[in-house]
Amino acid sequence: MSLPLLSLSIWVPIVAGLAVLATGRNEGNARGAAAARWVAIAGALVGFLVTIPLYTGFAAHSAEFQFEEKLVWIARFNIHYHLGVDGISLLFVLLNSFVTILVVIAGWSVIDSRVGQYYGAFLIMSGLLNGVFAALDAALFYVFFEATLIPMFIIIGVWGGPNRVYAAVKFFLYTLFGSLLMLVAMLYLYNKSGGSFAITDWHKLPLALDVQTLLFFGFLFAFAVKVPMWPVHTWLPDAHTEAPTGGSVVLAAILLKLGAYGFVRFSLPILPDASRELAWLMIGLSLVAIAYIGLVTLVQTDMKRLIAYSSVSHMGFVTLGFFIFNAYGVEGGLVQMISHGFVSAALFLCVGVMYDRMHTRMIGDYGGVVNTMPKFASFMMLFAMANAGLPATSGFVGEFMVIMGAMKAHFWLAFVAATTLITGAAYTLWMYKRVIFGAVANAHVGALKDLNPREFAVLAALAAAVLFMGVYPLPFTEVMHASVNELLKHVATAKH
Amino acid sequence: MDRTVFLNHLQALPEMLLLAGTCAVMLVDVYSKDERRRVTYYAAHALLLLCFVSTLFVLRESEGQRSLLFHGLFVSDALGHVLKLMSYVAVAAALVYSRQYLQDRALFRGEFVTLLLFSLLGMMVMISAASFLTLFLGLELMSLCLYALVALNRDSALATEAAMKYFVLGALSSGLLLYGMSMIYGATGTLNIYEVAGHVARLSTSGSDRTFLVFGLVFLVAGLAFKVGVAPFHMWIPDVYHGAPIAVTLIVGSAPKLAAFAMAVRLLVNGMLDLAQDWQQMLALLAVLSMAIGNIAAIAQSNLKRMLAYSTIAHMGFMLLGLLSGVVEGNALNAPEAYSGALFYMLVYVLMSLGAFGMMLFLSRAGFECENLDDMKGLNRTHPWYAFIMLLVMFSLAGIPPTAGFYAKLSVLSAAVNAGQVWLAVTAVVLSLVGAFYYLRIVKLMYFDEPKESHAVNARGSFRVALSANGLAMLVFGLLPQPLMALCLVAIHGLF
Repeated sequence: MSLPLLSLSIWVPIVAGLAVLATGRNEGNARGAAAARWVAIAGALVGFLVTIPLYTGFAAHSAEFQFEEKLVWIARFNIHYHLGVDGISLLFVLLNSFVTILVVIAGWSVIDSRVGQYYGAFLIMSGLLNGVFAALDAALFYVFFEATLIPMFIIIGVWGGPNRVYAAVKFFLYTLFGSLLMLVAMLYLYNKSGGSFAITDWHKLPLALDVQTLLFFGFLFAFAVKVPMWPVHTWLPDAHTEAPTGGSVVLAAILLKLGAYGFVRFSLPILPDASRELAWLMIGLSLVAIAYIGLVTLVQTDMKRLIAYSSVSHMGFVTLGFFIFNAYGVEGGLVQMISHGFVSAALFLCVGVMYDRMHTRMIGDYGGVVNTMPKFASFMMLFAMANAGLPATSGFVGEFMVIMGAMKAHFWLAFVAATTLITGAAYTLWMYKRVIFGAVANAHVGALKDLNPREFAVLAALAAAVLFMGVYPLPFTEVMHASVNELLKHVATAKH
Repeated sequence: MDRTVFLNHLQALPEMLLLAGTCAVMLVDVYSKDERRRVTYYAAHALLLLCFVSTLFVLRESEGQRSLLFHGLFVSDALGHVLKLMSYVAVAAALVYSRQYLQDRALFRGEFVTLLLFSLLGMMVMISAASFLTLFLGLELMSLCLYALVALNRDSALATEAAMKYFVLGALSSGLLLYGMSMIYGATGTLNIYEVAGHVARLSTSGSDRTFLVFGLVFLVAGLAFKVGVAPFHMWIPDVYHGAPIAVTLIVGSAPKLAAFAMAVRLLVNGMLDLAQDWQQMLALLAVLSMAIGNIAAIAQSNLKRMLAYSTIAHMGFMLLGLLSGVVEGNALNAPEAYSGALFYMLVYVLMSLGAFGMMLFLSRAGFECENLDDMKGLNRTHPWYAFIMLLVMFSLAGIPPTAGFYAKLSVLSAAVNAGQVWLAVTAVVLSLVGAFYYLRIVKLMYFDEPKESHAVNARGSFRVALSANGLAMLVFGLLPQPLMALCLVAIHGLF
C-alpha cells in the first residue's frame, strides 16, 4: 500500500496552515510571529517534498490518471473524494508547491502584522490549489475551486495596498459570478449523466451541439474570468496592484492557471463539438488579448500593473494554443503556463524587492538602480528577457511552440500572435531600461541596498528554473505528451 | 388493545412533556425572585433535553413509520421528528445566547422563558398537524407567543410598533390561511389533510371542481407565504426583525421557519400533491420575487438586523426552489430528492441564522446594541476567533464552499436543474451573486477595517462554547454533509 501522495500534497499544507494560525495567534508577539514563520516554512517544505515522488513515480508514457484515490464522500449526490493526476495536471501540483515555499520565504521579514494569519492563509490556499488540480470529481473540483477565493480575498484585503478593499471585492465577485454559472452547467451534466460527477464519465457523455454550446458558455464564464481573457480581465490589474507581493505571486503563478486548466479538463474533452464550433471566438479573444493588451501594457506607469497586463497577454497565448487543436499548440500552452508561473512570480518578487525598500511601484520613481543593486539588476535582466521570450529562457519555449502550432493552423494567426515578440520585448525591456539603467534618479535610489541572502536565494531558485526549462524543456514536455495526445483524440471525435 | 392504544399515543410524548413541563416552569417561576431566575433557565434547558430524548425515543420506536393519532388530528412521522429535534436545538441555543443580553436589560423574566416554551409547543403542534384544525391551533399558539415576545421590552416604542405590525399582519395572514382552508373544506368535506389528498386526487380531474380547489389553494399559498416570509408577503419581516430585541429576533428568525416549512409540506405536499402544477407556478413567482427583492434590498441596509431580515427573505425564496421542483409533468419520481433538498436548506439556514444573530448578541453588552454594520468593524483585531466564526457563517450564507451553505444551495439547485428549471436556477445563482456582496461586506468590515469599538465582551463560557460550535458546524456540515443529507432524505421519504 503506497502513501496517498495526492492527499498529502493537499492536506499537509492545510494542516500546516491551521498550525500556523494556532501558533501565530498572539498579536504583536515577536516570538509567536517567529514560530509562525518557522512552522510555515516547515509546512511548505514538507508540502513540496511529498509532491516530488509524484513526478519521479509518474509513468510518462501513459495517458491514464495516476496516483488515484477514490472514496465515497457524499453518497446522496454520488460525489466522490476522487483524486488523480495525468500529464496535464501533474506539473501544476509541483509548481504550486514549489511557489509556496518561495512565497513563504519572500514574506519572511516583510510581513510584520498578523503573521500567523498571513502564512496560514497562504498555506491553506496552497493545499486547496493542489486540490483543484488533483480533483477528478467535478463537485470536489468546484469545492476546491471556490474555496480558494476565501484565503485570497483575505490576503488581498488585509495585507494589500491602499485600494485593497475595492480590489478584493472586485476579485471575489468577478470570479464568483463565473463559477456560479459553471455550477449550473455542472448540475446539468450531473443530471444528464444519470447522477455522476465523475469527470471521466462526462468525457464519454453524448451531448447535442446546442446543449454543448450553452454548457460551453457556462464553463467559459468561469474559466475566462480566471484566465483572465479579454474582456473580463479588468479585475486582474486591480487585484495584482493591491495585493501584497506574495499574493501577486500566487495569483499570477497559480490562480491564473486554474482557468486555463479548466479549459483542458472540462471544456475541450466534455464539449468537443462546441469547442470546435466556437474556436473562432476563443481564438479571436486570445488574439485580442495578445495584441491589444500587449499595447495596453506599453503605457503602464505602475510596474505591478505592467506585469499584470503582460500576464493577460501571455495567458492569451495559452488559450490560443488550446483552441488551435494540435499537439504543438496544446503542449505549448501548457509549457507557457508553467513558464509564466516561474517568470511572473519572479517579476513580482523583483518588484516586491524594490517596493520593500522604496515603497513605490511607479516606474517614474526609479532610475539607475543598477548602480546600487547590481546583483538584483542581473536577476531582473534575466526575468525580463524571459518575459520577452528570449531563446534559452523558459518564456521562449512555450511561445515558440504555440506560434508553430498557429502556423500550422493558419498563417495570419501566427502572424498576429508573433507581434507579441515585438510588443513583449518593447514593454518589458523599456520598463527595465527606465527602472534599472540610466543615472541614479534620486537620493532614495542612491541609498538602496542590494539583495540580502534570503532574497538572493529565492530569485536564484527561480532563475535556475527559468534557465533549465529554457535550455532543456524535455522533462516538462515528456510527461504531458501522452495525455495531450489523448485529449486531442477526444476533441477530434464528435459526440453528438 | 387498550395498551396498544396507550402506547400508540405515547408518540405525542414530547408534546405532553413540554406542555406539563412548561406549566410547571411557569408555576415555579411565579414563586422565584429575580436572583433565582436561573432556576427557570435551567429548568427550561432540562425540559428541552427531556423533549429531545423522548423524541429520539419515539423516532426509534416508530422506526420512522407514519401513524395518525387522536382520531387523525396528529401525525407522527420522520419529518416531524427531525424538525422537532432541530427546533429544540434552536430554542436551546436561543436561551443560551440571549441570557446575558436579557439580564443586562432587565428583560430576563419568567415570561420570556414560558412564552418561548409555549411557542415551541405551538411549533410542535404545527409540525405534527394532520388536520387543518390542529395546524391552525398550533400556528396561533406559536404566533401569539411570538407577538408577545416581540413586545417584551415594553419601554421601547420601536419594539411595540414592531409587535403591533407583526400582530396585525399575522392576523391577516392567518385569516387568509383560514379562508383557504375553509374553501378546501367546502370542496372536500374533510379537515384531515390525508383525506383531503384523496379527494383532491379525485376532484382535480374535473374542471369546475379544480377551479374551486385552486381558488382555495391561492389563499393557502398566500397565507403560507406570509408565515414563511417570502415576497410579496414579506413586508413585516424587516420591521419586526429591526424592532424586536436581538434575542427575540433570533427566536423569530430560527425555529418558526422550521414550523412554517412543515406547514408548507403538510398542506402542499401531503394535501395537494395533485395540484402541484398549480402551486409550483405560484411558488416559482414567489421564489424569484423573494430572491430579487431580498438580495437587492439587503445591499442598501446599514442596520445588521434589517440586512439579515432581507437576507432571510432571499433565502426562503431560494428554499422554495426545492419545493417547486418536485413534480415534473405530473411525475413525482424525483420529488423526495427535491423536498429533501429544501429540508436540508432549512436546517442549514436555521443554523446560519442562529450563528449570525448569536454573534450580534455576543457583541452586545449593557447599554450597547450591536446592530449596525459598523459595529462589526475590526473584529479580527479584537477577537480573531469569533471573527473567524462569523466569517464561516457569512460565507455559508453566501453559499461558498467548503461551508454548509454551499451544499444547501447545491441540493436545491440540483433539484431545480433536474426538474428542467435551468433558467430558474440561473436566475437564482445570479441573484445569489448579488447576495454574496453584502455578506462579503461583513467580512470586509471584520477583517479589513480598524476597530471602532473596543468590543468588550462579557459572555459566559457556555455562550462561547455554543457559538463556537454553531460556527464550526458550518464547516463540519460543509466537509461532511452526507449524514445530514441522508437524514433529510429519510425524513422526506416518510411522507410518501
